[in-house]
Amino acid sequence: MIPRKFEYFAPRSIKEATSLLKKFGPDAKILAGGVSLIPVMKLRFGSPAKIIDINRIPGLEYIRASGGRLNIGALTRHAELERSKTVKDRVFLLSETASVIGDPQVRNMGTIGGSLSHSDPSGDWGAAIIALRGELTIQGPRKRRRMKVDDFLVDTFTSALQPDEILTEISVPIPPARSGGAYMKLERNLGDFATAAVAVQLTIDPKGVCTSAGIGLTAVGPKNLRAEKAENVLVGHPLTPKTLEEAAAAAAEDAQPIPDPLRGSAEYKKEMTRVYARRGIERAISRAKGGKK
Amino acid sequence: MKINGKSHSDMVEPRLLLVHYLREVVGLTGTHVGCETTSCGACTIIYNGKSIKSCTMFAVQADGAELKTIEGLGEEGNLHPIQQAFWDNHGLQCGFCTPGFIMQTYWLLRENPTPTDEEIRQGLGGNLCRCTGYQNIIKSVKAAAKEMKK
Repeated sequence: MIPRKFEYFAPRSIKEATSLLKKFGPDAKILAGGVSLIPVMKLRFGSPAKIIDINRIPGLEYIRASGGRLNIGALTRHAELERSKTVKDRVFLLSETASVIGDPQVRNMGTIGGSLSHSDPSGDWGAAIIALRGELTIQGPRKRRRMKVDDFLVDTFTSALQPDEILTEISVPIPPARSGGAYMKLERNLGDFATAAVAVQLTIDPKGVCTSAGIGLTAVGPKNLRAEKAENVLVGHPLTPKTLEEAAAAAAEDAQPIPDPLRGSAEYKKEMTRVYARRGIERAISRAKGGKK
Repeated sequence: MKINGKSHSDMVEPRLLLVHYLREVVGLTGTHVGCETTSCGACTIIYNGKSIKSCTMFAVQADGAELKTIEGLGEEGNLHPIQQAFWDNHGLQCGFCTPGFIMQTYWLLRENPTPTDEEIRQGLGGNLCRCTGYQNIIKSVKAAAKEMKK
C-alpha cells in the first residue's frame, strides 16, 4: 500500500532534530534506516504526521575504540558493524549479531540506533548489548543522559526515550583477554525474525572458572531480556558440562515467551532458548579459549 | 539526483517511494515491485554504492544521491557480464526477480569478487525467486564472478 501523507523534515544537526521533536511531540517519528518504520507506514499500521529524517546529520556514524570501550554512533549501519575489522577483532559478538539481522540489503540500510530505539522484542541488537552490559547516550533539546541498556529497553516497542530525545551513541566495554561471545539465532528462514535467539559474552580465568557472563535473549519475552539466573549459574564457577546444562536450563526459566502463531508456542520457545543458550555458551567458551573475542 | 550517470530533478510528495519514483516519474521500469513487505528484493538498486531495497525508501531521501538501476548496467547487444552470465546459465524463467538479483549480484561481487557457494547464498538472501529454485542463479553468479575476474 501507499503510506498516508506526511510532512518531511531533514535536519542537519541534532539540535535541529530535537527541537523539531519538541515542537511536534507524539506526531513526529525519527527516520533512520527506515527498514522498521517504512514497512509499518506502507501497511498503515502507523502513520506519523511528521517524519524527521536524521540521515543528513553528520557525526552519528562511527565505530571508535577509546579508553577500553567501543563507542558506536547510533546511525551506524548493521553492515558496517558486520564487516568492521575493529569490531571483529575486539567485540566479535557485535559482528556475529549484525550478520544475522535481516538480509544484505536491509543490513546496508538499517542502523543499530534505530533498531534499539524501536525496541522490538525480536530485535537482535538488544540481546547483544545486554550481554555486553552496554550503555546508551540519549540527547534531548537541552540535556544529554546516559543509561544502561537494561534501563533503556522498557517494554514492547517502548524505550526510555522521551518524545523529544534521540539515541546518539551505544558504548560497550571491550572484553579482556580470554573472553568470547556468540549470537545464536534460530529462524525459520534467512532474514526472518528470531524464533528464539541468545547472545552470550563471557570471560574465563586461566583455571577455567567463569569470571564474568552476560546473556541476552531475543524474541522470548515482552522485550529483550537478561538471563540473570543463567548468568549467576556461570559466574564464579568452573565451566563443566553440568554447569553449562544448568545455565541453559536457567536461561529457559529466564525466558518469558509469548506464544507466536507463526514461530512457536511458549513451550517451544522456552525449549529453544535452552538449546540455543547451551550452544551459545559452548561457542563463547571455545572462542574465549581460541583467542577470538 | 543522478540516475545511471544522468541528472534528474523533480518535485514529489514525501510519501512517494523511491521505487515508484523510478518507475512512474523517471520511467525506468526495470526495477520491479514484488511484495509489500521488504522481503523479495525485486526492487533492489544501488544507492551511493550500496545495494538497497528501493521500496523501503522515500524518493526524497535520495535527494543528491547517485543511483544505479538495471538499465544502467548494460544494454541489448552489450550486456554486462552479470547479465550475460544469467542468460548463458538460464538463471531466469519469468524474469520478474531478475533485475533485483542482478543488482544485488553487482554489489556482492564488488564486496567479494570470489565468493564461495555459501557466500553467494548468504549474499543473495534478500532476493526471492518463485520460478527457478535458485540453482541456476547460483551458477550464473559463479560464472559472472569468474568472467569478471579476468
